[in-house]
Amino acid sequence: MTVPRFGHGSRVPGWDDAVDLTKDPATLPDPATTPVPADLRAEIERHMAKYPDRRSAAIPALAAAQRVHGWCSPEAVEQVACVMRLTPAYLLAVASFYDMLDTRPVGHRRVYVCTNISCSLCGGRELLGRLQAELADDPDVQVRGFECLGACDIAPMASIDGVYVGPIEDGEVAELARQVRDGEEPLPDKQLLRRPSADPHANTREWTPQSFAPPAKLERATPSNDPVPPEPSSFGAPMEGDAAGPSAPIEQAPNPEDDA
Amino acid sequence: MKHLIFKDIDEPGLNTIDVYRRRGGYGDRLRQALSMPREALVHELEASGLRGRGGAGFSMGKKASFLPKGAMDKYLVCNADESEPGTFKDREIMQKCPHMLIEGMIIAAYAAGANRSFIYIRGEYVEQADILDAALVEAYDAGLLGDNILGTDHSLSLVVHRGAGAYICGEETGLLDSLEGKRGNPRLKPPFPANQGLYQGPTLINNVETLATIPHIVEMGAEEYAKLGAEGSTGTKLVSVSGNVQRPGNYEIELGTSSRDIIYGLAGGPPEGREIKLWFPGGSSSPVLTKDDLDLPYDFNTMAKAGSMLGSGAIIVVDDSNSVVDVCLWLAEFYRHESCGKCTPCREGTNWTVKMLERIQTGLATPMDLDIMASVCENIIGNCLCVLGDAMAMPVGSMIQKFRPEFEEHIEAARARNAFTGDEDAPELALIQGAVA
Repeated sequence: MTVPRFGHGSRVPGWDDAVDLTKDPATLPDPATTPVPADLRAEIERHMAKYPDRRSAAIPALAAAQRVHGWCSPEAVEQVACVMRLTPAYLLAVASFYDMLDTRPVGHRRVYVCTNISCSLCGGRELLGRLQAELADDPDVQVRGFECLGACDIAPMASIDGVYVGPIEDGEVAELARQVRDGEEPLPDKQLLRRPSADPHANTREWTPQSFAPPAKLERATPSNDPVPPEPSSFGAPMEGDAAGPSAPIEQAPNPEDDA
Repeated sequence: MKHLIFKDIDEPGLNTIDVYRRRGGYGDRLRQALSMPREALVHELEASGLRGRGGAGFSMGKKASFLPKGAMDKYLVCNADESEPGTFKDREIMQKCPHMLIEGMIIAAYAAGANRSFIYIRGEYVEQADILDAALVEAYDAGLLGDNILGTDHSLSLVVHRGAGAYICGEETGLLDSLEGKRGNPRLKPPFPANQGLYQGPTLINNVETLATIPHIVEMGAEEYAKLGAEGSTGTKLVSVSGNVQRPGNYEIELGTSSRDIIYGLAGGPPEGREIKLWFPGGSSSPVLTKDDLDLPYDFNTMAKAGSMLGSGAIIVVDDSNSVVDVCLWLAEFYRHESCGKCTPCREGTNWTVKMLERIQTGLATPMDLDIMASVCENIIGNCLCVLGDAMAMPVGSMIQKFRPEFEEHIEAARARNAFTGDEDAPELALIQGAVA
């Protein structure tokens, strides 16, 4: 029996070899054959422009792709790889490290229930079980236990697509499940942003209850109002107006020696 | 009680620049700080005795003074990952008064000579990151960020970077790797971030609360600030009280306030008819204290002397209706999940500890397992690149040490339950029989 070996004589793959010997190593996706939605491309490029090193945008870019595709699917990773000029393997390594980036197909509505100590002491695990049971039949909703969401003051709590609600009482679980299912605002009275400070001595005067209302609808930064000017990057100087810029350098795959 | 950060924190619109300016923000104190020579400002911060509020408690001014002088790319990174279980103070600052953080960052960046800064905020804080983004736009529009702030030669760019859910990214070097777009694995130290941090440049990393305190230090002067608090722990501190208390929440206290006043006076103590069994003084990573330690003053040095630490200022109270084994298992499960896997003692040790605790729960353990568990914990401490492993080993070790009789009782009770159920389908029983055969 012959043992399959790599070019350098070892059975252990090198950094640039595919683990599956029948497969070619992953390369940069070809922009000509990888369609990327224009919005997604613009968002990723905007993120890349904010940092001195474009790779810093890996997490925001993957998060943006996840918002479009529902999860970090091979297609989503391919698109990010195409725009960022990084290999899909590099991006998958990043995506698989972080809990909020899903590398398996899941529901695109995300309900995180905190199960850390403070919440568990107040019934967080029971809340998770009940929410999972209530929403088990909805394939669009992902209910999972999450590690300390940083809102122990409203334990037991849940984050519904980023909106923190708590403390959730037993009688409210069914209502909350219905709101999640119907895409309504979850428990408006129990949202974290409407909660006043617990410190009795912090405020020198009484503020009216409406002062705790969440701040006016926030505008997400878009390319037109983005305050951070684009970085001079390896893409060359940013072009001004209609004037023709310098000819674009042809971007190469990252050279491992540069990183060393 | 003196309030600096939390003064009138619920004022409507405090998250906007107009209200913040009306209250003195971005005013004389910022001008004054930017007109001081850099060395004088660093000296002022050092003299204030401000210690890092993120967990380690290192002198902020000293950390800033470690950055090399000279013209080069230097960075300021604000650690807003706040993933330590039980901690939620930074969330309230960023949500209600984001400009206080931005002003602190402008001053700290000037002191460190940094021209680029980043706020690494945990991905779960979507609402807070949106608020920060909006505040950032306001600050740029007002000329407080960007080139030549307030007509000085100090320039600063600021980027809000959202993480994606990983406890280890609260560790400073793990955070830097994550900010560079990699997996958030901690780095070997030295070199420390002050010499080689973000993009290999000198980097100052501070917690949100530390940075938000700086404008107040400049305003009242280091000498006045140092009069607040206790010997070796100056100033005020936000404490996050949670768990089995009646009024969980963030409270601003002067360091050195008695722990009993915080837990019973401010947070209302445990529910009626319950008693405190144990409490974590500084997040889930700190060794536990019992009700005998309640009269200790809450400051860095006293907590260290009591064998624990002030950490991030997160007090988690556990009352006597809970089993210490449950608490221990929740804790260990968390660290097992969050271990990045880079160092063996942490990756394997957290896993083994969870397995042993599960054996205790299912009645498969003997009292000897407690000694094995304690020895696993001992072997994790100090043997890893970062302190995640220690963060599990220290509280678990302290719980075994302080509540050993309860662990033993639990082991015996679970074993007795197993022996007499007679349920042949019980998986535990099958395991025992398998082991005997």
